[in-house]
Amino acid sequence: MKKALMAGALGFLMPAMAAAGEYNITVDRVMIDTGDFVKEGIGYNGASPGPVLRFKEGETVTINVTNNLDEPTSIHWHGLILPFEQDGVPGISFDGIPAGETFTYEFPIVQSGTYWFHSHSGFQEPNGAYGAIVIEPEGREPFRYDREYVVQLTDKHPHDANRVMRNLKMMPDYYNRQQQTVGDFFADISKHGFMTTLQDRLAWGDMRMMKADVEDVQGFTGLINGKGPEQNWTGLFEPGERIRLRFINSSAMAYFDIRIPGLEMTVVQADGNNVQPVTVDEFRIGVAETYDVIVRPKTAEAYTIFAESMGRSGYARATLAPEKGMEGPVPGLREAPLLTMADMSGMHGMDHGDTTGADASAGMDHSDMNQGEMAPDGMKDDAVMAADASDSMTGMDHSGMDHGTMIMSEGGASDPFYAEGSGLVPVAANGGKFLSYADLRAQKPLYEEREPTREIELRLTGNMERYTWSINGVKYEDAEPLKLQYGERVRFKFVNETMMTHPMHLHGMWSILDVGAGEWNPVKHVISVQPGTTVYMETEVDAPGQWAFHCHLSYHAASGMFRKVVVEGGPDQGNTARAEVAKDGGDA
Amino acid sequence: MKTLTLSAFALALTLPSLPALGSDMPQDDTRRKDALTLWGVQFEELEYRYSDDDEELGVWNGDAFYGTDELKFRWLTKGEYAIEEQAYEKLENQLLLQTPVSDFFDAKAGVRFDTPEGPDRTYGVLGLTGLAPHWFEVDASLYVSDEGDTSAEFDAEYELLFTNHLILSAALDATVAFSEDREIGVGKGLVSTEAGLRLSYDLIDRSFSPYLGVVHERKYGDTADFAEAEGGGTEDWFAVIGARVSF
Repeated sequence: MKKALMAGALGFLMPAMAAAGEYNITVDRVMIDTGDFVKEGIGYNGASPGPVLRFKEGETVTINVTNNLDEPTSIHWHGLILPFEQDGVPGISFDGIPAGETFTYEFPIVQSGTYWFHSHSGFQEPNGAYGAIVIEPEGREPFRYDREYVVQLTDKHPHDANRVMRNLKMMPDYYNRQQQTVGDFFADISKHGFMTTLQDRLAWGDMRMMKADVEDVQGFTGLINGKGPEQNWTGLFEPGERIRLRFINSSAMAYFDIRIPGLEMTVVQADGNNVQPVTVDEFRIGVAETYDVIVRPKTAEAYTIFAESMGRSGYARATLAPEKGMEGPVPGLREAPLLTMADMSGMHGMDHGDTTGADASAGMDHSDMNQGEMAPDGMKDDAVMAADASDSMTGMDHSGMDHGTMIMSEGGASDPFYAEGSGLVPVAANGGKFLSYADLRAQKPLYEEREPTREIELRLTGNMERYTWSINGVKYEDAEPLKLQYGERVRFKFVNETMMTHPMHLHGMWSILDVGAGEWNPVKHVISVQPGTTVYMETEVDAPGQWAFHCHLSYHAASGMFRKVVVEGGPDQGNTARAEVAKDGGDA
Repeated sequence: MKTLTLSAFALALTLPSLPALGSDMPQDDTRRKDALTLWGVQFEELEYRYSDDDEELGVWNGDAFYGTDELKFRWLTKGEYAIEEQAYEKLENQLLLQTPVSDFFDAKAGVRFDTPEGPDRTYGVLGLTGLAPHWFEVDASLYVSDEGDTSAEFDAEYELLFTNHLILSAALDATVAFSEDREIGVGKGLVSTEAGLRLSYDLIDRSFSPYLGVVHERKYGDTADFAEAEGGGTEDWFAVIGARVSF
């Protein structure tokens, strides 16, 4: 804190010393070629994704954004701590950038790490308006690497985003091609018996819910750095090097499960903040999250970066190789997960009859199952592996479990951030370690630990059939702003009452995810809340002004899961960003 | 500089009731703050029917809507065109306002205009439409005609997925009259039913799905008697070919 004050004072005394980077960005109509289809979209400096902006902690950046579109635009600097007028949300931070005009953003860089930027106007972001931000720290990184690559993912859809929204509103299952069929019914009968299967279907039919509602919008092509699976973006390396991969999920809707068969990944940063290193075989990246990992390929072979969507309806693929043109084997997609009653347990007012998710899942204790032990040893082929892993699950003795009439999906491992018995719990393809939120620990506490001043409950609500999404049952159009007082430490309680996963993003302030580690809780900008779960985060309310707060799934935000947050009190913003440097510098 | 900050801070503290940052805060008047206004057009049936006694019909059943979650304007259109006679056996248009009344159901109200060959009718419409448990799409309407006759119509549809693209849909439509309207051949009681089975394939997304199917139409009671008296049939089987269209 003291050091921070000094730094702040230094900033006052020697403003001339502050480095100032100037950047120019144009917002343009571009063509996006995914290898599967070519689609007109929106990009930056003539391309989608836009450029990788490289900032340095401590500098003040000036970014001139010229809007070459025939509609208003905006750029939001996702995850950056800055004065609210610079946050780039039309109607909340500023008025937006009219067609043909240039807006100059100017703000101090008070943090380091991997972030991204995107349009906050209409559906420009799903249509291609996004890019990456890399911020070099003032001091040294607490980990070593020899080279680094940005790995920016997205889920490019052949339909224009407005059309996707309209189709979802007309038919919420418009894009869902993983629904259970007559064939699945008979397959379940042979597996679980007629009565169990029938009762299972009746239970779901009674709720008018679909087990297959994992991904709203299927039919996309996964892109990495703008390249489709066939176009195969390739990053070069020399064997033995440590490579830092800066994963950014810029998708409109898709969560990705990422693995690099043959390589372990050491996660060193989450959402731009250093975490205590944790080595994993696979991790899930929520929409708008970033994870930095370090990999160390020792042999001169090609490694596939494989990012399967959570619902297994699509994938992105890239390659790490010693030479251009080399390719590693590309695994097949694993079987699509299905929701279970446990994922529905957050829904109130629903009569689950005797198939209550909570009861049935309480009978299941998967917590001491070791996934590693369940997968046969010596297996290398991922596709075969995945099949085997699920076979070994089905082969398990379920007789002691009280399933009621439930048909559990295979997998069903335990993770504190998923409902017990959830069908969405990820399992590493090679049977190894899958990153959980519970594994994340801050490298260094960003804030002094203190008691929250109050708790705010935010129920994540919605109606899949109408494709309406809301917070506490109220859509953005009908909602009052959420009011916070400057200086508070607010504890947010997220209760997911829907059957979908929601990546909740608070602008302007950090979200301290409660993983039960006290001051070592990781600091994020997106908190993913799984169906049927309750998740807590705390926020030091240290940024005056108006901020956006929303689900980062584009079509959920657009159909109502969005709020304005007003931070009342605090130093006057009019006193320039300089004051912000001192304050925020103190925290960072 | 510092004092300025401090005094601004003090000011903010002394005027807590005012929005601390003054009135220059943007008000969210973007489209995001507006209710989503959407439109859509759907033809559940757009088909050619060939009956067991060689009658040929062009038939459609579609709707278009415009509006928000809270209020939609909907135009429903239904028709049967006898190809040989070059005449509309049925031509029905409804203009409706629709609003949610529960998680899965909308109430609707409006007017219906029947302008087939022969006498016209205008009706007031009240109804419910939505998704019943177990995925039955249901639609129930109550009609009061300008002649003072009341009737009710009930529609249900269920889809069975052979695959995620090959879909069998079963539809049942039944009409009941609470009073007789001899002029348009409607007797009191159960008037008619139409049951259809259609096997469709989603060829272009869900926007164009060609299908093959069978349809059974039947008239009952006095309505059947009136039809027979006029030399018409009371029961028909049709082979149908058509497409579901939405955009």
